[in-house]
Amino acid sequence: MADPRRRSIPSEVRAAWLFVGPGLAIIFLFFLLPIAAALLLSLTDFDLYAVADWRNLRLVGFENYSHLLRDRLFWQAMRNTFYFVLVGGPLTVMVSLAAALMIQSKLTRFPGIFRTAFFAPAVTTLVAIAAVWRYLYHPQFGLLNHALGWFGIAPIDWLGDTRWAMPAIILLSIWKNFGANMIILAAGLQSIPESLYEAARLEGAGWWRQLRDVTLPMLAPTFLFVAVMTCIGYFQLFAEPFVLTRQGEPLNSTLSVALLMYKEGFRFWHMGYAAAVAFILFLVILAATTLQVRLAKGREA
Amino acid sequence: MKKPLTSLLLHAALIAGAVLTLLPLVWMIMASLMPTGEASSEPPPFFPSHVTFDHYRELFVHLNIGRVLFNSALLAVSVTVLSVLLNAMAGYAFAKLRFPGRGKIFGFLLGALVLPAQVAILPLFLLMRQLGLVGSYWGVILPGMATIFGIFLVRQYALSIPDELLDAARIDGASEVRIFAEIILPLCRPVLVTLAIFTFLGTWNDFFWPLVVLADDAKYTLPVALANLFGEHVQDTELMMAGSVLTVMPVLLLFLFLQRHYVQGLLMGGLKE
Amino acid sequence: MSGRIRLMGLLLTASLASCAPRADTADTGVTLRFWALGREGEVVKDLIPEFERRNPGIRVDVQQIPFLNAHEKLLTACVGGVTPDLAQVGNTWIPELANLEAIARLDEQVSRSSVIAQMDYFPGIWDTNVVDGFVRGIPWYVDTRLLFYRTDLLAAAGFPEPPRTWSQWLEAMRRVKSRGGPGRFAILLPVDEHEQPVILGRELGAGLLRDGDRYGDFRSPAFRQAAGFYVGLFRSGLAPAWSNSQIVSVYQQFAAGDYAFYITGPWNVGEFRRRLPADMQDKWKTAPMPAPDNSRDWPGVSVAGGASLVLFRASRHPEEVWKLIEFLSAPAMQVRFHELTGDLPSRATSWASPSLAGDPQTAAFRAQLERVVPAPKVPEWEEITVQIWQSLEPAIRGRTTVDAALTDLDKRVDRILAKRRQVLERRRPHG
Repeated sequence: MADPRRRSIPSEVRAAWLFVGPGLAIIFLFFLLPIAAALLLSLTDFDLYAVADWRNLRLVGFENYSHLLRDRLFWQAMRNTFYFVLVGGPLTVMVSLAAALMIQSKLTRFPGIFRTAFFAPAVTTLVAIAAVWRYLYHPQFGLLNHALGWFGIAPIDWLGDTRWAMPAIILLSIWKNFGANMIILAAGLQSIPESLYEAARLEGAGWWRQLRDVTLPMLAPTFLFVAVMTCIGYFQLFAEPFVLTRQGEPLNSTLSVALLMYKEGFRFWHMGYAAAVAFILFLVILAATTLQVRLAKGREA
Repeated sequence: MKKPLTSLLLHAALIAGAVLTLLPLVWMIMASLMPTGEASSEPPPFFPSHVTFDHYRELFVHLNIGRVLFNSALLAVSVTVLSVLLNAMAGYAFAKLRFPGRGKIFGFLLGALVLPAQVAILPLFLLMRQLGLVGSYWGVILPGMATIFGIFLVRQYALSIPDELLDAARIDGASEVRIFAEIILPLCRPVLVTLAIFTFLGTWNDFFWPLVVLADDAKYTLPVALANLFGEHVQDTELMMAGSVLTVMPVLLLFLFLQRHYVQGLLMGGLKE
Repeated sequence: MSGRIRLMGLLLTASLASCAPRADTADTGVTLRFWALGREGEVVKDLIPEFERRNPGIRVDVQQIPFLNAHEKLLTACVGGVTPDLAQVGNTWIPELANLEAIARLDEQVSRSSVIAQMDYFPGIWDTNVVDGFVRGIPWYVDTRLLFYRTDLLAAAGFPEPPRTWSQWLEAMRRVKSRGGPGRFAILLPVDEHEQPVILGRELGAGLLRDGDRYGDFRSPAFRQAAGFYVGLFRSGLAPAWSNSQIVSVYQQFAAGDYAFYITGPWNVGEFRRRLPADMQDKWKTAPMPAPDNSRDWPGVSVAGGASLVLFRASRHPEEVWKLIEFLSAPAMQVRFHELTGDLPSRATSWASPSLAGDPQTAAFRAQLERVVPAPKVPEWEEITVQIWQSLEPAIRGRTTVDAALTDLDKRVDRILAKRRQVLERRRPHG
């Protein structure tokens, strides 16, 4: 770390701005500024009329928000999104944890191969994968129903039945995302000192008690990180329903908040309204993240 | 103490897990080699009755996928080169160069990590429209040229570079730019490689923004072209799978060869929280 | 400088160079960018070489866009300022594009043209392209909806000829249903489509919107009657309450006799011929829409659908685009296009050709096209159509009354049109 007592030299400061300038400019101009603009946009009724003639633009205050909160479709999107996050999130993290524990186990031979296999889905392009799963989910020709048939389960119309469409998306997301979390959790597991396990074994603790008393508490910060990142990512659910279930079908059972924002913004061009949806999404994510961190810190105390 | 039964169960579970995980990808390859219509027969086959490259031929000859592959590669390389440069510069500055406001700005950037990018999409589109960049590759390149996460990654790594090295170089009369180019960059190679892989992957897989910004099909990237193909040829399972293979395989292979660096990068990011 | 920097510089330059905008055909001449949709997009490429031969110096670059997100893509291009030179667009999108002033007025070109004669086009179809009194597009092919029915099932029910009035129609449906038994229906009406209730409303003369298209008028007596008739078909078991995603296969079920009537468009003539088994081919026919009972005219009106060719105002080659539009609008070209796609030409002259005049299934379309009306010409129409079926669905499924559904629909439509009202108010001269 640089000596805090050393005052910055002008040439160094100039160099610093030269180095930091371009990056900060890009982030400011193409990320921060648009986000601030989104807030402003959500207070107007910007739409195609305004694109044709800017004088058609009006400031409407919180009218977009009040209409949003009374819109049935918005609440359905919220329900769907929360369903996805609250079911898919924990499931994904559980599967990641199980996988991490397995590849980190001292008993495991060739952990690298398994790690590669589990991680492969995470680097694939979602659009391509959604196309693959669309066929896997086909009620007649899909491999999934075929496999279920071996267990005597009748074919399920995964993407056509309003009860099964969201579970279909959840399954896809678990498959795609558990690998990335697994790597992080595995690293966290690796950093737990062996001495702690030794001490537990001396006290006669079996495999389960070791897990509960040593592994999980020591893993808590990493676990929290994984949980928060998954949560943030999952709230932004968009590409899967966009490609897999043709934008929210069947009957809007897979319409997510982000997808609603896209439809309102890029299909019907109610851009002010869509910006309001986006902002609500941001607030929800912020609240959920804060809650999660708060809870975790509370438990630590 | 040996635990043969536990070990057996563990490996069985691992193997089952690996098979299930890779199954969709293997099927994707199998289906792409099947003759037309075979994937939609009952019972659904797993192996092609005979291997055919017709669908790949169709993609390259009639549907211009060669051009699309080139577009994706070009875009991914451009964004990677530019963003690694900019992120490295900024990350180094935040780590090693003293300037007023450094701490505050960095703290602010960290906080901004919570902001979901989707909120920015609409205004960004309108901004691009004002700049006349809709439909141009620059519309896709510019927003990706610097990321908070990238800067953060480099900064964390650069912190470990000893100050004495830099001071010595300054005393020798080297300019800041020379120090950056000849000392910092080589030392930061591991994190830069990781960042490059991250960025390349992210750009290659990017769907939403190119979908919105690129109008001309001559400029389409693979995910957008694939979605387009889906609109017209959803019935042609085998053709779609060939398209998916071409989209997924390059990055999967890249990942396989550069695994170590990619994983390292994730760890560096993960353990810092 | 280190080799690494040089390498990066090279890569940068390479990427920058490839991003430079491509100039038009470098040597001489002009390249037109033409966005065509769906199947038409594939087929029109076959017609282009002939055009290029007749017009040396003009090259046409056809980009085919799937129908699924064509509307979005067009609007994104308009907002983003990256429109092509010309495009094939659904004619219900024309008011929206005109409102954006993205497409050019074509009155002058039409009046000067020797190829395009307004008189030759079906009036209802031509009308869909006129917004605020100005021509904004040239109709390319047409689309309307009418009855496809099972001749054998109807004959067995005592109807050797297709029904011509609503009461005849209702009677035919009842008889077919009672003969068919449980699990069989009389007519297929997907609940997530708006065309059917709109057609029925139009037949009774419903305006759908009122006051200069500024408010919803779905509670008018005409539409109320139409909606009642429509919902009644489901409630009496004549139609199953299925959405498009719930229908396994339209063609299989029609062949199996699960329903005897289906209201759909010209593309299905080709599809029925292709997908129905050979022994079914003499058991189906098309017929124009039945007219309401007290109506003087027959057939009942239907929707004026189809696609038009539009010229974008940002195009730098309007004369060349017009040449291409004229080329594609020539009757001979329209006939050739029909032979390749099955799409119906928009000009009466084209219909005189043997391939069309001799086809028994398209005769009904010819009659129907004389009686088509455009949709309300508001930019918000696409959005309104979604509301129409979404509001009627609960009534169909018995969860609410027709009156409540129509009140809800009017409320939603009024809100959608709120901006339009403000804009019109602002434009109106004061004093």
